[in-house]
Formats: sequence, C-alpha cells, structure tokens
Amino acid sequence: MTTATGDARRTTRRRFEIKKWLPILGVAGIVLYCLAPFYWMVVTAFRRPADQYDLSPLPRTWSVENFLAVFEPGTGFGRALLNSLIVASTTTILTLIIGTSTAYALARLAFRGKNLVLSLIIATSMFPGISLIVPLLRLFTDIGWINTYQAMILPSLSFALPLAVWNLTMFFRQMPQELEQAAMVDGCTPGQAFRRIIVPLAAPGMFTTAILTFILAWNEFIIALSMVNEQNMQTVTVAISKFTGATQYDQPFGTQMAAGVIVTIPLVIGVLIFQRRIIAGLTSGGLK
Amino acid sequence: MSMTTDTPTNPEVDSGSPGHTPTGSRKGRRSGSVTGTARLASALVSPTLLVLAVVVMYPIIAALYQSLFVSGQRLDAQGFVVEGRQFVGLGTYADILFGPAAERFWNAFWNTTFFTVVTVALETVLGMAMALVMHQAFRGRGLVRASVLVPWAIPTAVSALLWRWIFAPDGVANAILDQQVLWSSQAFASKIAVITAEVWKTAPFVGLLVLAGLQVISREVHEAATVDGASAWRRFWHITLPLVKPALVVAVLFRMLDALRMFDLPFILIGQQKDSVETLSMLAFSEATNVHYGPAAAYATLLFAYVALIAFVFVKLLGADVIGEARSQVTKSRGARFRRGKGSAR
Repeated sequence: MTTATGDARRTTRRRFEIKKWLPILGVAGIVLYCLAPFYWMVVTAFRRPADQYDLSPLPRTWSVENFLAVFEPGTGFGRALLNSLIVASTTTILTLIIGTSTAYALARLAFRGKNLVLSLIIATSMFPGISLIVPLLRLFTDIGWINTYQAMILPSLSFALPLAVWNLTMFFRQMPQELEQAAMVDGCTPGQAFRRIIVPLAAPGMFTTAILTFILAWNEFIIALSMVNEQNMQTVTVAISKFTGATQYDQPFGTQMAAGVIVTIPLVIGVLIFQRRIIAGLTSGGLK
Repeated sequence: MSMTTDTPTNPEVDSGSPGHTPTGSRKGRRSGSVTGTARLASALVSPTLLVLAVVVMYPIIAALYQSLFVSGQRLDAQGFVVEGRQFVGLGTYADILFGPAAERFWNAFWNTTFFTVVTVALETVLGMAMALVMHQAFRGRGLVRASVLVPWAIPTAVSALLWRWIFAPDGVANAILDQQVLWSSQAFASKIAVITAEVWKTAPFVGLLVLAGLQVISREVHEAATVDGASAWRRFWHITLPLVKPALVVAVLFRMLDALRMFDLPFILIGQQKDSVETLSMLAFSEATNVHYGPAAAYATLLFAYVALIAFVFVKLLGADVIGEARSQVTKSRGARFRRGKGSAR
C-alpha cells in the first residue's frame, strides 16, 4: 500500500518535471531548427577561404576575405544590390498607392460584387508565376523591355498587389467605423473622410504592408531571372544564383555564403525590429 | 456556422451609419448617396483591377492562345523547311500528354506533385507541433517568435545556396550523417535535399498561421475538458484540431499552391534540366528560354489548370474560407480576447 502511493507520487513528480521541461525543450528545438542553417551560413562566411571545409562551430581564424571577394570588380554584386533596391522599393510604393484605396473601398464601402472583387484579387495571387512570365516574356521582347526595370516591376505587382490589398482590407476592417461617421457628420464626403481621417490613422497598417511587400519583392527570383540577361541589370537574387566568385576555387562556397549574409542581414534585422507587426500582417493575410 | 449571427463590424449590417447602408430595401431617399458610393467604390477599385488585368489576366489568356501555335523552323508534310508561326490547335497538348514530349512532362508533373504532397504534409505536421509549443511556451516567447521568422525572411535563392553548401559532397550534412551521399546527382538524394530545404523554410510559417488559430480558442474550453477528465491527446484531437481547422485548411491551401509553382529551390540547389527534380515551372521556363514559346505556353497553361483545380477542390469540398468571412469574425474576437486578457496574460 505504502509503496504503491510512493510510486504514484514519484510518477506524478516525474510527470510534473517533464511538464516543466517539455516546453523549454520544445522552444530550444524550434530555435535550433530555425537558426542552425542560418548560423552555418554566417560561420562559413567568416572563415578564411582556405578553411572553407572546416567543420568547427566557430572559424579558426576570423576573416572578412570572403566579403571582400563578393565586391570584387567583375562580380557586379554592388550593382545588383542597387538594382534589387530599385525594383523592390518601386514595387512597394506602387503597390501601396494602388492598393490602399482599393482596400479601403473593399473594407468600408457597400457596393455590389464586393466579395467577388475580393475573391478575384485573392485568386490572382495564387496563379503560378511561370504562367504569367511566359507570355509577358514574349510581349516584353516584342516591345523592347527586356533588361529594363519596368519589366521586373510590373510583373512583381501580380503577387504584391493582392497581398497588399488583402492585408490593408483586414486592417481597415478593424478600424472603428465611428471615425468616418463622425467625419461625415461634420460634413466630410466619403472621399474626404478617407484622405483626412483614414489615411493618417492607417499608417501602421500601411507600414506593415510595406515591409511585407518589400521583403517579397526583394526575394523575388523567377521574374528577375526571366526578364534580364545583362549582368548590370540583374537583381541580387539572380546575381547570387550565378555567383562563381572572384577567388579561384572550384566551388567558392565561402564567397557565396558571404553574399548570402549580405543579402539576408538587412532583412533579418528588419524582421527582428518589426516582428510583431510582421506576424500580425502575415497571420491576417495568410498569403505566401 | 452559428458564428455568422452577430456581425457588428460588417458595414452592411451596421445600420444607422449615414451614407453607408444602401441595403436594397431602403433606397429612394438615399439613392443619391448610393450612386455616389458606387461611383467612389469603382474609382477606388478599378486601378487594382486594371493592373491585375494587365499582369495576370492578359498573360493567362495569351498563354492559352500562344499554346495553340508553334514557331521556329520545322519540316512540313512535304519535307520542306517552314519558318514562322503556325497554328497547330491542340497539337502541342497532344505532344505533351501522349506524344514525344510526354515523358519529360509527366516526369515534371509527378515531381511537382510529389514535392507538393510530401512538403505540405511535413510542413503541416511540423508547423502544428511548433504552434503547440509556441502556444504553451511562456519563457523565451520573444526568442521563438524572432527565430521563426528568420527562415521565412531569407530569400529562397539564398536558402537554396545555403542548402547546396550544407549538402555539398564535403559539406556538413555528410559529416553529420557520416556518409558520402552525392546529394546533387543521386536522384532520390536530390529530392530529399529539395524537400529538406523547402520544409525548413516554410514549416515555421505554417506554425505561425496555426498559432494565430490556436490563440482564438478560449482557455475555458480546455479547462472544462480537463475537469471532465479528457486526456491531453483527446483534448488535442477533439477540441484543438477541430477549432484550428479553418486556419489550418487555409494555410495548407496556400502552401500547396505555393509548392505547386516551386522553381527557385530545385533550380539553384540541384540545377537546371535534372530529371530528378525538374518541376513544371522549371520545364516551362526551360522551354521559354529556348524560345519554344508554344510548348512553354502549353506547360504554363497546364500548370495553371492544375493549380486552379486544386484551389477549386479546396474551396468547394473542404470549404477553405479564403476571403475570410468567418476569419474576419475570428480576428475580431481575437482582438477582443487580447484586450480583455491583456492584464492577466503578462
């Protein structure tokens, strides 16, 4: 009898211990899963090219040689960074300008076919990129747009615009309706209420949407790969995929990892700063 | 469901808002403002629709049209060389589905399907597990949230390079496994490499979506079930899972549609024109860059049809609530819960 209760107590205590440690183990597991490959990229980037194949968890000798190799003339990497910046920011700005008013209408105005329009916009974001690129490639070849920024920006709107409209619609829906009502009681037209009251208050939502759109446009690959065949118009994701590096190794993994770190670090820092907003935007959007 | 009964945020139901309620029954007095609203709405919505018509609708229709032609040099029936575009009707599709191009097409089709099914299944299970952990975790919540976003934020092109390095012959994967697998040339190994990289990048994202669904479930339901003596497993199976199902179905749908167009990852991680990992997107791309616009357009159209079919099945059969009729309720109640629970949660 006594041993039975003792056993029971011991098992409950063990269960309690497991219960206490399990979430912490789980958290550690998730963090390790998410960060280990990223960590390996950073570590490889900081090794000397000669130590490239080392498996030590920290570089034997820290070196920035790989980073210098990334920017050596002939790689076109600096130019590619600039191109990506131009394409991604123009896409983001255009998307916000076009998308905000549409989202407002979808969230606030009652008109016929609203749900149909919203469904249509969401549906377009699901279309495979290649289905759009094949005909556009031909069109852009005919009108001489190959190797131009607009040939990358315009198709990028196909995924950026639906995401932005959806996110902003969700955001506008959450704003209290009384705001415009008060403005309209005071004599504003719906258009004035939108411009003077809603847009300033919607700044946080627009900011979140801008971050998400920028990240998606910055990470875009297949459009930039298809529409450009000159090195000085390549975006950074394309440049990095063609990276053979400047140092004469058969596979310059160190240089590639350094390039990867340069492309990724701004995004990771941005994500860490704005993580709450990004998660809110992602989970309300559910897109991509 | 019964959730749709109270909808105070819904502008159509919210009567008493001036200029906002053109519910069919009471026009007349307000018809002026109704047409005003309609005019404003169409002015606001049309730019987006116009852009999407140019960059999405036009290409889809143009691809269908272009797939009916072949271009370039061919031999005609008499054995003469003919140049230029020629109408072949559904000939290209016949070639792709049953003819000389069939082997490559069906290989790409099965690769695409295999990648989609396997990665989405793994992502769902892993993402669900991550969401449950994150939901339970009190310590290290900020750290988890930050690290979960890292794989998502890394460009696929960079993550493909990163995994190519990990799966290199002298890379860390072989060192850990103590094997000499040639990940980039052995057929099945290269499939595994692609799947690993894809799941790494997207499972945390599924986790985030499911977590958002989990946070809506009120604690009282779980407590009541615990008091009634339901085991953890039964609580998961009979309470958690049915309640996160709407969020999960939408997450799975979006992941599937994304996986079906997979391109960057196999393209950079393994390479072009590798039978073992060639997807439909890669096949269409390779034909387009070889200026075989007809077949490229046909592959693109077939992929589009495949994607549309999957989306249709999800929305019609599984009731994926994509535009969020119910989810707008969910967001609202989440907000309410958040506001109410703010004091006690921290």
